[in-house]
Amino acid sequence: MNIGWYLAVSALIFTIGAAGVMTRRNPLVVLLCLELMLNAANLALIAFSRMWGNSDGQIFAIIVMVVAACEVTVGLGVIVAMARRSVPIDVDELRELQG
Amino acid sequence: MQTTSWLILAFPLAGAIINGLGFRALKGRAPGIVGTVAIGAAFISAVLTLIKLQDLSPEHRGALFVGWDYAKTVGVDAKVSILVDPLSVYMALVVTGVSTLIHLYSVTYMTSDRGYARFFAYLNFFVFSMLVLVLAGNFFLLVVGWAFVGAASYLLISFWYRRTTATRAGIKAFVINVVGDIGIVLGTYFLFRNTHTLDFIGTFRQAGTIPHGDLTAGLILLLVGAFAKSAQVPLHTWLPDAMEGPTPVSALIHAATMVTAGVYLIARMWPLFEHSAAAADVGTIVGALTLLIAATIGLVVTDLKRVIAYSTMSQIGYMIMAVSAGAYAAGLFHLMTHAFFKALLFMAAGSIIGAMAGEQNLDKMSGFRRAMPFTFGCFVVGGLALAGVPPFSGFFSKDEIIAVMGQRGGWHWVLFVVGYIGTFLTAVYTWRMIFRAFFGEPVAEAAELEHGHLHHAEQHTNPANGEVEDTDVGFPGPDHHIAEWSVPMRAAMGILAVGAIGLGFLQLPFNGTNVVDKFLEPSFRGSKYFGSLHPTDSLTTIGLIVGAVLSLAGIALAYRIWVVKPGTSTAIRERLSGVHRFLVNKWYFDELIDLVVVRPFAWFGRFGQQTFERIFVQGALVDGTSGVVRAGSATVRALQSGLVRAYASLLVLGAVAVGLYFLLQS
Amino acid sequence: MSGLFFFVAALGAIAGAIGVVTLRNSFYAVLALVGHLLSLAALFLLLRAQFVAAAQVIVYAGAVMVLYVFVVSYVSEGPFQSTPGAVTGGARVLAYLFAACLAAELMVAMLGNGLEAINSKGAQYDPGFGNPAEIGKLLLTKFLFPFEVASFLLLIAAVGAVVLARRRGGGIDPTDRPVLSVMDMVRDERLGSMAESVHAQPAVGATAPAGLESGERPNEEGGW
Repeated sequence: MNIGWYLAVSALIFTIGAAGVMTRRNPLVVLLCLELMLNAANLALIAFSRMWGNSDGQIFAIIVMVVAACEVTVGLGVIVAMARRSVPIDVDELRELQG
Repeated sequence: MQTTSWLILAFPLAGAIINGLGFRALKGRAPGIVGTVAIGAAFISAVLTLIKLQDLSPEHRGALFVGWDYAKTVGVDAKVSILVDPLSVYMALVVTGVSTLIHLYSVTYMTSDRGYARFFAYLNFFVFSMLVLVLAGNFFLLVVGWAFVGAASYLLISFWYRRTTATRAGIKAFVINVVGDIGIVLGTYFLFRNTHTLDFIGTFRQAGTIPHGDLTAGLILLLVGAFAKSAQVPLHTWLPDAMEGPTPVSALIHAATMVTAGVYLIARMWPLFEHSAAAADVGTIVGALTLLIAATIGLVVTDLKRVIAYSTMSQIGYMIMAVSAGAYAAGLFHLMTHAFFKALLFMAAGSIIGAMAGEQNLDKMSGFRRAMPFTFGCFVVGGLALAGVPPFSGFFSKDEIIAVMGQRGGWHWVLFVVGYIGTFLTAVYTWRMIFRAFFGEPVAEAAELEHGHLHHAEQHTNPANGEVEDTDVGFPGPDHHIAEWSVPMRAAMGILAVGAIGLGFLQLPFNGTNVVDKFLEPSFRGSKYFGSLHPTDSLTTIGLIVGAVLSLAGIALAYRIWVVKPGTSTAIRERLSGVHRFLVNKWYFDELIDLVVVRPFAWFGRFGQQTFERIFVQGALVDGTSGVVRAGSATVRALQSGLVRAYASLLVLGAVAVGLYFLLQS
Repeated sequence: MSGLFFFVAALGAIAGAIGVVTLRNSFYAVLALVGHLLSLAALFLLLRAQFVAAAQVIVYAGAVMVLYVFVVSYVSEGPFQSTPGAVTGGARVLAYLFAACLAAELMVAMLGNGLEAINSKGAQYDPGFGNPAEIGKLLLTKFLFPFEVASFLLLIAAVGAVVLARRRGGGIDPTDRPVLSVMDMVRDERLGSMAESVHAQPAVGATAPAGLESGERPNEEGGW
């Protein structure tokens, strides 16, 4: 298939992920949607790497995966700490950084 | 001569600084002695300057000593320079001479007052300022001296600063004096605009070239200053209230020296005044008006010191009238004699007030003749001089003024008549005061004193409004002093009495002795009035006779009303109750000024505060700008909702916008 | 053939994505993401990125998602408990609108540009393209620095996770069974680094700031 198709899929997944971030209230699911967006970016990277015949894009994608893993680790750690302290696991309730 | 002239200024300043800064080290009567010695030294320096001045030839009898250049910028050259010529030395001698005697008097009079050192510091500072004023060689130093004298007057009037009446009187005096200061400064501006020099000699040399409008305007503004300082109508209302100060202050400032500053100013500016008849006439007429008004009010006031204050106002009116109309020597001669007998009267008043333990009301005084012979004698001498009875000094000086008025002729004949009416009234009110206080049945305090016991009030009160006070700092001290029991007071009053009797012989009419004339002549060289306004012999004779007759008639009338038939004054008062009320309210000048000046300013201030300040400045400008900022930031703050989703949505929206921008661009 | 595989994988990816976004049960959302990741791995294979595809399956779908599963089960109190669902009403419409705008833009940007290579199937590639050997060589030569930094980042993330999720020393956790230790006997029970800062209890000897009732936090309200 043309590279363009892969890019189209990537764009679609990205926007679906964005919609999820804006819509869901459970922080876990928000993080999941964030993963979606990262994966869409990965797909685009791999597609372009194939387009140029250059492996640089794949390296980039690997590093993105590493970063995503770290981010998930820390984010889930925060959520676990929140759950331990009986803080409501709801993005709408956590709004102390207002004003 | 340069050293001695600067020393005239240096000694009082040194006395003020020593007393002002070293008051803790000076115990007992030391501040008084320091102050008196300082002014005495200044007097000696003035005498030495006089001697050296007389050594110079009459054509060159004057010197300008420049201290240093204070400022030289934008065409204005302000030097600290003093002008030593006969006129300024004359004034300096009068000022330092009378001041020395008043300081001597105060050494015992003010003992037991907690502010003793402060008093002498202020008094020395005042003398210093007055000397700066009379010795000034340019408008700059004149204004400096003028302002300092006003400040010193304020400090001394409110000397007993815990008395609200005193502080209010001080403020009133200061405010009116500041109005005068504005006049002086603006007047200087009008003159400077055309002459481009602040120097007196330079200005006088260009007197003929100043355009008439500017000259008249400038001189009338200078006259405003003179009237404020010399308590002429309508800027006179502060002088009676200024009697709240201690008696030596009244003697020095409000009789002999400060109030004569206006007279000195007009005399000094004679070249300018002779070029502007309009301004000179303004001065003459105001002087004459004040003469009459003050004399009529003096007939009815009941506070002893205020009677003497109104008489001062009246006599200064004579002097202003004289020097404005060209009778310079006569006016200045009267200045000197007046300084002596008025200071004497005030000192004697201080003595009798001391016997009354601070009470100043004439209604409560009576029959002190036997108890206080020396004070009575001083009152008699001063009263005779003031009333103008020959051969006392006041007779010769006052009559010379009136005679020169007649000599000028034209509409000045009205002033001739006015002067004699004033003489009659002066005699009446002066001797009213003396007869009421010393004749009749002795009051309790007098009876006590006859037995050798000075009356002490158990509770100290403010004589003006009866408020209870203590004797700590800020209020008068517990002890009162009278001349009979105090040597320095007697010495000072004695010397003044001798002067009041004998100074008249310095300027006898019919060209008898013309000491003052001859002495002042070098200062007035070139004047069209100085040498030429000599009254004819017939005019002089008529004047002398009329003057003597009127003053004796006045004394006789007062004797009849107040001594022979004691109820007469009450009967007259009841019959002329409207007139009496008008005079007791001081011709309603205070109310007039309140209506015309004070109320509009107060309204303006209130308007400024409540309307302009509150609505415009605070509301629109200050609150407006901060309100706009606050509204803006509130809007921005609303974006910080804390909702992560909202932030994410904004992020996506932003990304969409940026992408759109780039898409559209390409 | 590859076209068929592409469509299957693509549909799987999109279906997984939609599942993540719409499924109410967070556990099901995790599972949907796993499916999405596997489809994505297939797409990677189609693009000749073997190593990345393998890494995706092992690391992403294997480790990260398992971590997610653990946390989801820890946090939610039951498989069908009401963890909050999606938002309703106007916010949802607005969010979908923004997303749609984004999608449209991206499509336009992609398809409307002049990049002809998109229409091709890709450039010529070397035989070793996408091999682990190739990836390894690149990681250790050309991209050594990002490689090292990435490993450093992993270390920091690990430490951070431990710090975040550990039990606070000294803070009383009401669900814990009391465990005695020597330190408990010598250390005051209100000490602890985070306890004071979270305004739970004041430090030893300090009294509450004047004007506060006990338990009230100072400067609670926002605004200035």
